[in-house]
Amino acid sequence: MSFTEILFYVFSAVLVVSSIGVITARNPVHAVLFLVFAFFNSAVIWLLLEAEFLAIVLVLVYVGAVMVLFLFVVMMLDINVAQMRAGFAKFAPLGIVVALIVVGEIASVVWLKASGANAVTNALGASSGDGAPAAAAGYSNTQALGELLYTQYLYPLELASVLLLVAIVAAISLTMHKRAGHKMQDINAQVSVRAKDRVRIVKMAAEKDPPATGQDA
Amino acid sequence: MIIPLQHVLLLSGVLFSVAVAGIFLNRKNVILLLMCIELLLLAVNFNFVAFSRQLGDLNGQVFVFFILTVAAAESAIGLAILVVLFRQRSSINVEQLDTMKG
Repeated sequence: MSFTEILFYVFSAVLVVSSIGVITARNPVHAVLFLVFAFFNSAVIWLLLEAEFLAIVLVLVYVGAVMVLFLFVVMMLDINVAQMRAGFAKFAPLGIVVALIVVGEIASVVWLKASGANAVTNALGASSGDGAPAAAAGYSNTQALGELLYTQYLYPLELASVLLLVAIVAAISLTMHKRAGHKMQDINAQVSVRAKDRVRIVKMAAEKDPPATGQDA
Repeated sequence: MIIPLQHVLLLSGVLFSVAVAGIFLNRKNVILLLMCIELLLLAVNFNFVAFSRQLGDLNGQVFVFFILTVAAAESAIGLAILVVLFRQRSSINVEQLDTMKG
């Protein structure tokens, strides 16, 4: 067993333990921190699988932005932990049974059909069994991924950026708080204003009698 | 030398089923449901990365990149909805979200 494999098994064991911690933690803040730990371990495993760019993206973008957002929201909301965990013991047997069934099915597919997986590998034209050969010394995963993203996947990349823009607008417009004393322009009211809203025409009698015409002349 | 494909797939399966069990266990807490969805997506990404490694094909990693983008957008909007929900109901209990009588 090589050093790479030992690292893989150690980090995957820690990953599974921390993901169990996510779903069983009593405090939601602890659950988020377990999730951050799980993402760090996955990033290490992705490094072992030679997906270096994605590993860095997972740590920088996912842990750095999304998980911190989770942490902010969890700490901002005042969650009644005891009430939230009321059904935990009741649902635990069902959840464990479902998890074991899913693990058993996936394991049976992965192990019993391992020859089938090799057949798929052969059919797709890659080297059989051991997977693709290790990359050359000067190989840059980021550069290769970038060359693919900005040529073949250019339109999906643009769509993804538009999707992120939509997400920004949606999140801001959902959570924007309208306070009473808040001073800001109401563009809608400004545009839809009419003359009669601004100018008041008053019909009234004259204050005093007009001077007799021609008297001063 | 190389990590076997089967072991990575099994790790991904275990991670996926832990997340499914989490959805069963924490079905009252919306924020933990969101976290379990993140774990599910992570397990799926493991499959993509493992097969990309096995087949020597970078397209799988590009797909993981897009999944990460969509997951980030999803969790941002989900958390925004959660904040609005908490402002309205001062609770994030799923069982109290029955105004639509579904």
